[in-house]
Amino acid sequence: MKALLLLLSLPTLAAAAPDPAALARGEALFHRPFDSGWSCATCHTADPRQPGRHTVTGRALLPLAPAVNPARFSDAAKVDKWFRRNCRDVLGRECSAQEKADLTAWLGSLPAETLP
Amino acid sequence: MSRAAPVCLILLCSAVAPRALADGRATRTPPPAAYVEECGACHVPYPARGLAAADWAQLMGRLERHFGSDASLEPALAAQITAWLQANAGRGPAQAAAAEPPRLTRAAWFLREHDELPQRLRVAAEVKSAANCGACHRGATEGRYSEHEVRLPGAATLPSDGDRP
Repeated sequence: MKALLLLLSLPTLAAAAPDPAALARGEALFHRPFDSGWSCATCHTADPRQPGRHTVTGRALLPLAPAVNPARFSDAAKVDKWFRRNCRDVLGRECSAQEKADLTAWLGSLPAETLP
Repeated sequence: MSRAAPVCLILLCSAVAPRALADGRATRTPPPAAYVEECGACHVPYPARGLAAADWAQLMGRLERHFGSDASLEPALAAQITAWLQANAGRGPAQAAAAEPPRLTRAAWFLREHDELPQRLRVAAEVKSAANCGACHRGATEGRYSEHEVRLPGAATLPSDGDRP
């Protein structure tokens, strides 16, 4: 069921005009620090078009935004796995379908150019 | 001549076999793709021989609480990786009885091999953690840890005696 919801949310990546409210929620969620002390940006950086770094091990991470890394969000099983793990780490619980849809919408809306 | 050949063979074998056995295994199987893909996503795919079989069993038995991160896997995938780790584990003493979960960086062989490194290198930004093998071992991702491929990060050179901890 979760996988289905996720799959349904994926087309928003390609949508021409995603809901601005969803984009704003996704962006806010991405940057919000939680009780864990982490946010999504902790590893994926404040600009997810940049390469990230695993905050514990120091391992380099490829950019999360599909505009600069088209492999992202192309495999539903992987998306499901990483949302499950990383939401538990950062939020202390699994993300809701709404949260995942908001995050993927915002990440998918980012153009390839870096922020000013 | 008919006697000499078997003698030569025996000599050859005796020269090769002890080296392989002393290394812990006569043969080693390379890691399955799942190991590199799943475990290597967050850290270097550590060599299986770095921990004892009991240590790997403990780590793989609680992947959902893996050094502060949820590293949970599909059970079938976890079983496949565990089987390879067990078959290629080190023969050293297990750490499993210790209070903390087993760490490669606390294994006796690790401490012995790295005791000449100054502390400043371990906390350097490029290294971040002693578990970041690839910061110095350029072949770590492919499982190569030869000293010939070691490059200390930044301006660091080989440590002098004054740098020893």
